[in-house]
This record gives sequence, structure tokens and C-alpha cells, in this order.
Amino acid sequence: MSGSKAFVEGLKRENVDIMFGVTGGALLPICDELWGSDLRFVMARHEQGAAHMADGYARALGKVGVCLATSGPGATNLVTGIATANIDSAPVVAFTGQVPLSVVGTDAFQEVDIIGITASATKYNIQVRSPSEIPPAIKSAFHIAFTGRQGAVLVDLPKDCQINVEDIEFPDEVSFRGYNVNMTPDTREMDWAATLLSKARRPVIMAGGGVISSNASPEVIKIADMLMAPVVTSLMGKGSVPSDHPLFAGLCGMHGTGEANMLVSDADVLLVVGARFSDRTTARLEDFSRGAKVIHIDIDRSEVDKNVETVTRVIGDAKLALQGIIERLGKLSYEPRANGDWVKKMKMFKDQYSPHELSDNPHIRAPAVMRALRKALPRDALVTTEVGQCQMWAALYFDAYAPRTFFTSGGLGTMGWGFPAAIGAKAARPDVPVVDIAGDGSFGMTENSLATAVEEDLPVIVVVLNNRMLGMVAQWQRLFYGRRYMAVKLGEYPDFVKLADAYGAVGVRPETIGEFEKAVQTAIDDNLTTVIDVPIDPEENVFPMVPPGKGLRDILVEA
Amino acid sequence: MLPLNTIAFLVENKAGVLFKVSNMFRRRGFNIESISVGAVEDPQVARMTVSVYADSRELNQIVLQLEKMVDVIKVKRLDPMRSIMREMVLIKLDTVDPMAREETLKHVNAYHGLILHIDPESIIAEITGEPKTIDEFISKTRPIGIEELSRTGVTALEKGYLKL
Ligand SMILES: Cc1ncc(C[n+]2csc(CCOP(=O)(O)OP(=O)(O)O)c2C)c(N)n1
Repeated sequence: MSGSKAFVEGLKRENVDIMFGVTGGALLPICDELWGSDLRFVMARHEQGAAHMADGYARALGKVGVCLATSGPGATNLVTGIATANIDSAPVVAFTGQVPLSVVGTDAFQEVDIIGITASATKYNIQVRSPSEIPPAIKSAFHIAFTGRQGAVLVDLPKDCQINVEDIEFPDEVSFRGYNVNMTPDTREMDWAATLLSKARRPVIMAGGGVISSNASPEVIKIADMLMAPVVTSLMGKGSVPSDHPLFAGLCGMHGTGEANMLVSDADVLLVVGARFSDRTTARLEDFSRGAKVIHIDIDRSEVDKNVETVTRVIGDAKLALQGIIERLGKLSYEPRANGDWVKKMKMFKDQYSPHELSDNPHIRAPAVMRALRKALPRDALVTTEVGQCQMWAALYFDAYAPRTFFTSGGLGTMGWGFPAAIGAKAARPDVPVVDIAGDGSFGMTENSLATAVEEDLPVIVVVLNNRMLGMVAQWQRLFYGRRYMAVKLGEYPDFVKLADAYGAVGVRPETIGEFEKAVQTAIDDNLTTVIDVPIDPEENVFPMVPPGKGLRDILVEA
Repeated sequence: MLPLNTIAFLVENKAGVLFKVSNMFRRRGFNIESISVGAVEDPQVARMTVSVYADSRELNQIVLQLEKMVDVIKVKRLDPMRSIMREMVLIKLDTVDPMAREETLKHVNAYHGLILHIDPESIIAEITGEPKTIDEFISKTRPIGIEELSRTGVTALEKGYLKL
């Protein structure tokens, strides 16, 4: 069997039915094998888009997403996408074509050392050395990408390994001496965590992306209800607890809500589940939750005590860990009602920090757009975001009601991620509307994905919060650099309505919130790729905000 | 200055693993003082010994980040009290002057070293010992005139029943 036949067969054995990619010389043998197969190949217009599509697909379904690129520039174009998926622990497997082994190392045409380049941007990577290594490489890649702390894996496929014929076996399993995922938490660790929680007077739960990857939302909600503990989320944890849950206090961090940041700062016990204390979540580390005993549940041991010192840790699958703690809490005597004052305090913070909107501004306000969008969308709609102010408005003002409905590039903050990720999410969930909440700068980075959305019939809605600015950077210049706007003004063009039209998509420019709602409704009803270009005030800031170098308590609600 | 620590670990003995390991140290900003690698009794496995300047928190991170790597099989921080640590240096000293030759032989003897090569201009000697001993030897012979030297980096085994 040829290597490329083994490749296609190997993917089928991993239940792959779709992949996102851009072809090229070093992929010709594989493409020829895909011709006539029932694997769907979604043609991206740029490899970065392909990787983000695979990422969006993976996050939406909780299944490995697959992307494909040719050697050289195809492979390097994938890198941003791979790094973005990996740092957000999204299970993505990337395949790259490579020059034949006989010329590897000679700077041959379209040769790059993609193994070297992606070594620190992947969970694992591997170059195949013969056709018979392809099936075990695929098996390993899917296994490693999907288990433990999920991440991105790259497999490099030299062209001769695709072409040559060998006896090929398909292993049912692969094992690595150095890779053993232990999902089951230690019982003593769970005992300690439960004891500590039972004594908490001011408990707070912080839910991160790990809650979503391990499908542990019901357990987080259960334990919050048992303890009457307010729940905050990291950016990656958004959606893990419904925004309308009475104990939900919103996002914590640099652009967290006032109540979330104050609760975390005042907590006596902080239960952190599947989050990694990024600097955007903790703000000034020395001030972070100083009075609290921190309990950290995580599948990745190396995250524990990396940034924040913990009192107790539980290493393992978040769902299993929480189940164990819930069971133990049930047997301990603790009085959740004692936390009544604490919940009252949460309400007080909520009132104190509730955002007041300026009404004397002629522009459409971004938070209002977020609320209108929420109203227009069904509860199970999927939302991705781009990066910048748009992302923070989405995180703060767009309510998410369920896990795997809100996706964002949290770790890398990759502009241009949201739109292709939305296309991937649509491929995963064609049954629900998918919306990318975008800034004009970000959308410009991967707007060529419009071609894919239209041609591949993967209709998504792009809401461009159009301030004609690289808004978030402009906000920093406005607040901290004396309004010296450098390299942030995007000018008058492109006209996104005409751009949409050029790609065969629908473009609209609402002038009022009412028109915006109607535009969303039409886009949902028609199920067509639609760019909704919403002009907003170039001077609008995202608040609340913790200024750089300050602690969570130093939150600003206005300029 | 941060204390010098020694970590020993087993890795898959295959192409690219040394790169990935050293790349991890570089990327996370850990400061390697020396690294030594070699095959062990099982040819599929190689053993690496790294000495690194780190405080206890960093050291903990290094161990955990190594453990996280797919190609790393087993990791252990070595307790200097419970381990034998050795390093070797090959050193070529300028011995044109008969006094220098005299001096060289005296120091090599004192450090239980071996003379590996003598020619009219220079002597090559081999010294094995704890890294501290090697440092000492080098500073003592510096006045003689070092042509060049090459250190292997630390390698280590734990004492008694202790085992990686
Ligand atoms: C690929 C990439 N380049 C640069 C940045 C730095 N950056 C962060 S936010 C931002 C501005 C984003 O502008 P836009 O997409 O228009 O969104 P807005 O902030 O205006 O809502 C920039 C340039 C980034 N995050 N990603």
C-alpha cells in the first residue's frame, strides 16, 4: 500500500470526515488519494485560515480538528493557527507535506524545518520516515492531541513517504513510555480540597477552559449551589456556567467585571478549575487573591504553582475531581447558608459595578450591539470572537448560556482567528447559527475566508464592530500614551458591504440597533454568509479595565 | 547567584529528542550550565544529566515541564548528598618551558589525573572529579597557560538502592 493510501485509511480509522487545508506540490500524492474518497476537503484560501477552521471545528464538537498544508510556505502559514490552538488546549492535528527525504536538509525548493519551527508551538510533532510509519504517526497524533491536556500535534509527511509502497499495518493502539495520562485524581487530594471548601466563609469558584474540555459544567454548577459560592470564569471558561445563573459573577481579569474581580480579591478560599492563572486573568500577581487559600484542579501538573501558589491541588480530570469533591462535601458537615452574607455581598458588588451606559452619544454603543445580538440569537447559537475591544465587549456583554457556545483566542489573542474558526464551527454544527464578533482590523486579517464560507456552503454571520481603528491598541494609547495615535487608524476602506458582495456574501450596514437586530434575524432566516458592518464610535473604550501593572481591585469603570 | 542543581532523566533514544529537550530549556528561559547525554543498558533509551542554575520554584517547573514532554520517560532531581557526580575535563597545557612541564605533572598527580599525550610544546591531561574539583584544577593550572580544554558536563548516579 502507498503511504498516501495509508494516510487516508488512517484518518478514516480516527473517524475523520472533514479536513481544512490548502494543497500544493508536496501534497499531490495525498490529494490524488483524497480524490474520490468520502473525506470532505474544505478549501481554505490561506493556511492560517485552515488551521483556525480546524480549531473552531475542534472546540465546537470536542473532537479532533484536522488541517493540511503543503511544505515550505504552506507549513509556515499554518504556524499561527497551530500555536493558537495549542495554547488554548484545542485538539488539532496538522499535516504538512515535506520535500522528499532524499533532499531533506539541503534547502530544497519549498523546504522548511517545520519540526524545528513548531517544536515549542505544539504538544508534540513528528516527521515520518517511511510509508509504514504513517499509520502509527496518525494514531499517535490523535491520541496525544486528544488526551490529557489537549493540544496541537503536527505530522510532517515527506513526499516520497506518500508515494512509496510498503507493507503497512494499522495499529489499534500506540503507547509511549513518557506519556501516561492519569485522569483519576488522588483521593487524599480530594479529601483535603473538600475539607477546605467545607470551612470556607467566602468561597469563590473560578472556572477555566478545562471545565469545558472535560465537560464538567454540571459539576461546577452543583458545587457552587452546594457551597453558595459565586462563580467567576477566565476568558476561556466563558460559557461553562450560564450567564443567567444566580451565582454567576462574570469574567475575572484585566477586562473582568467589577464584581468578579472584587469577589476573587475578597475570597477566603478560591477553587480554580482548569485555569492557568494567565497574567490577563490575575492582573498584578502580587495582589491576586491575597487572602485566599487556593485550591487548583488541573489535568496538567505543570500549571500548579507555576504562577500562583496553591494550598491544595487536585491533579486529574476536572469532572472526576469535582465529582469526588462533591461526594465528600456531601458527607461533611458544613453550612452553606452561612455564606448568605457572602452572596449578599456579591449582589452589592453587582449593583456597585453595574455598567452605566452613556445615552448622549449619537453612535451605536458596542455593549448595546452585544445585547441586541444575544436577543436575536437562539440560546444554542455559537459565537466566536476576533481580538481586541470587540473580544472584550463580547466577553463582557454577550451572555453565553452553555459550554461550547463561546469561542475565543484567549492565550495567543490571534487577530483573524474568529472568522475562520466560525466557519469550522459551522462545519461542526450546521444546525445552529454561528456568529463571529469582529473588529474591522481583525476581520481584515482573514477576510479571504469569505470565499470558503460561500463556496463551501458554510454560512456564518460576521458582526463587524467597525471603529476604523485598531481599537484596543488605540484605547491604550488614549489612556496611557497621551492620545498619541500611532499606527492604529485604518482609514475609510475597505467598504465591508461591497467586500461581502464581491465574495458573493451578503453585506449590510445597519444605522440603528433596531436595524441591526433585523439584519441578524434575516441572516439567520436566510442562512447566508452575511457581513453586518456596524459603525461605532472610534473613541469608545471597553470598560471595566484594570490598568496594566495594577491589581484586580484597581478596576476602572470609566476613563 | 542561584544554586546549581542536577537533574537526571531518561528519554527516548531517537532523532530530535536532544533538540526538543534543549529547546524547552531555552524557551522557558532556564539557564543550563551543562548537559550530558548517552545511551544506557537499553539501547532505546538515553540518559541525560543537566545541571542548571535555578531556585526551588524554577527547579520544580523544570521537572514538571520535562515530565510533560512525550519523549521524556522519567525525571528526577538528584540530591547531591545521595548521589555520585562526576565530570571529566581534557586539558591541553602549554609546556614549552620545562618549569611549566614540571608544574603540570605536579598538579595532574595531585588531582589523580592521567597524562594522555606529551609532545615538545604541550601536554594533554585528563582529570575526573566533581565539577567543583574540575573548576579548582582549571584555576590552578591557568597560570601555566591553557591552550584549550573540553569538559564533558556532569554525569551522575544515585547511591545504594536509589535509582532513576
Ligand atoms: C495577529 C495580531 N496582530 C496584532 C495584534 C495586536 N493587537 C491586539 S488588539 C489589536 C487591535 C484589534 O483591532 P480590531 O480588530 O479592529 O478590533 P477592535 O479592538 O477595534 O475592536 C491589535 C493590533 C494581535 N492581537 N494579533
